[in-house]
Amino acid sequence: MKIAVCIKRVPDMDVRFKIAPSGTAVDESGLKFDISDFDGYAVEAALQIREKLNAGEVVVISLGPDVVQETLRKAMSMGADRAVQLKAETIPADSYAIATALAAELQGGGYDLILFGRMSIDTAHGATGAMTAELLGLPVVNAISKLEFDGGTAKMRRELEGAYELVECALPAVVTIDEGIARPRYPSLKGIMAAKKKPLEIRPAQLAEPRLVLDAMALPPERSAGRIIGEGSAVVPELVRLLKEEAKVL
Amino acid sequence: MSNNVLAFAESRGGDLRRAALEAVTAARAIADVRGGAVHAILFGAPGIGAHAPRLGAHGADSVIVVEHAAFAQNNPEAVAATIAAHMGRGYGALICPASATGKDIAPRVAAKLQVPVASDAVAMTANAASITVTHPGYTGKILQTLTLTATPAVVSVRPGSFLPKENAKAGAVEVLAPVGDPAASRVKVTETATGNTAKLDLGEAPVIISGGRGLKEAANFTLVEELAAAFGNAAVGATRAVTDDGWRPHADQIGQTGRLVSPDLYIACGISGAIQHLAGMRTSKTIVAINKDKEAPIFKIADYGIVGDVLEILPVLTAAVKQAKASG
Ligand SMILES: Cc1cc2nc3c(=O)[nH]c(=O)nc-3n(C[C@H](O)[C@H](O)[C@H](O)COP(=O)(O)OP(=O)(O)OC[C@H]3O[C@@H](n4cnc5c(N)ncnc54)[C@H](O)[C@@H]3O)c2cc1C
Ligand SMILES: Nc1ncnc2c1ncn2[C@@H]1O[C@H](COP(=O)(O)O)[C@@H](O)[C@H]1O
Repeated sequence: MKIAVCIKRVPDMDVRFKIAPSGTAVDESGLKFDISDFDGYAVEAALQIREKLNAGEVVVISLGPDVVQETLRKAMSMGADRAVQLKAETIPADSYAIATALAAELQGGGYDLILFGRMSIDTAHGATGAMTAELLGLPVVNAISKLEFDGGTAKMRRELEGAYELVECALPAVVTIDEGIARPRYPSLKGIMAAKKKPLEIRPAQLAEPRLVLDAMALPPERSAGRIIGEGSAVVPELVRLLKEEAKVL
Repeated sequence: MSNNVLAFAESRGGDLRRAALEAVTAARAIADVRGGAVHAILFGAPGIGAHAPRLGAHGADSVIVVEHAAFAQNNPEAVAATIAAHMGRGYGALICPASATGKDIAPRVAAKLQVPVASDAVAMTANAASITVTHPGYTGKILQTLTLTATPAVVSVRPGSFLPKENAKAGAVEVLAPVGDPAASRVKVTETATGNTAKLDLGEAPVIISGGRGLKEAANFTLVEELAAAFGNAAVGATRAVTDDGWRPHADQIGQTGRLVSPDLYIACGISGAIQHLAGMRTSKTIVAINKDKEAPIFKIADYGIVGDVLEILPVLTAAVKQAKASG
């Protein structure tokens, strides 16, 4: 099975962000970057499929400036076979623009399965996978937490609010991956060495003109500092009073 | 450019979802600025059209009903194809709920129309030419202001952000045939099953009681469920530690890689408050934490913290809430 995985480079979220002077970007100084959470699950899912079938190829694709090569190498050190950078000066805020460039790359690539993350952890639209599928004329199943194959048919589970559904779709198809499917493995030392020699192609990204425009970024209002009202079940009446009279939620 | 706005009226199992009313309410606000009409589009098995009056009551001038036996289950391909074709009649915008179903539909329609989508809007303003949304990104740590410069603008609105408002309009029913054969969709939903026992959904509940590893074992979640039942308007959530161990279904997980929620009241029971958990609930209006460790990070954002054993405190709290509810 020939599998493509689209992966995005994003900052680690475990920090206090600062907004850059432009007002439309985060201040990147001191930030660490890695594969976006759900894209890591997608890489792992692809590797497990290849290992199970003991055949096939896993290609990772990332759109962005040259620093995304680091992200691609990380995926190759986990086990992906080769990589493609779709070179762009910045990563646009518009998922549709990104989808046009990814579709142009994926078109005619002969992929049986194209994996995305359910959403990117920074711009967080959850749109690129389905949009790319539409542009390619392929079926898409979004946000799946389980994936199995029955011949040429993918059998999946999709989480809804308070429910789930079982979904089937024949390949080739696009699938966007939610958590639950597979925890990403850590690259081994051997994997890291091997990744250095794996092929990484660089092509210009054929981006449509972005029409979702980022006007501004702001930090949400700080929560007021936490307050401990007391210890043990003896403070329950006080909590109930506060919920009633102060917070007015009871 | 048309001033009319189309709202996707989500249904499941023959019932309208609250998110449908929220989408209509959000659409109404845009249409009013532009002097246009709101049309709600409702898909379902034959009979779903019976819900049209509720959409009218919340601001739909007309309700476009698309009935087909194959819409008994989600059928995103046929739904998206039908909406995209119908948009050809001229709409300035499409509003979908940012629910699992709405987020499955919105990008498909947008791509078919070759326009972008803004997901998960928590606020929205419109003028004659464009729509601007506030969209939380970076696990809720950054609010992005985004303007859709393409027409139609496709937006999904976060559940709970646009509360359903009664605003009676005609709700005139128009029947529409689906595009193509919905029974022939390539993506087939073979079964829809209820995942958790709670009756209220995390995205809709004004109160969420969440449990973590501090509950010690799966069986103790009955204490959480009993508190939720005492509130009557509460759903039950969980941390990843708990869903990983299979104590609760993955769909109940709140956080960076789970659900993003912002209820009026969030009660964290035996939850440490890891950054990835906070990412999913930090925008809750009031946060209560119960944890035996007074240094637990959850207390840094809790409006009201109680230090103590959650297994001992929960039954007392449940009784007190029941009593408070009973005395009004
Ligand atoms: C990439 C990534 C994504 C993640 N995504 C998520 C996510 O979406 N959601 C999420 O929740 N987590 C997520 N996590 C996991 C997260 O880091 C934490 O591990 C998890 O939230 C911890 O869950 P917990 O609070 O239940 O357990 P713990 O951290 O083990 O905390 C248990 C707490 O219970 C308290 N306690 C113990 N006994 C009692 C008692 N008797 N009474 C009262 N208190 C008691 C303890 O003091 C402790 O504070 C993610 C992690 C990673 C790396
Ligand atoms: N710049 C990018 N390069 C490669 N894949 C991307 C890029 N941006 C988004 N994606 C993919 O699209 C998914 C959804 O992104 P989004 O629509 O931004 O939430 C991500 O999880 C990735 O799989």
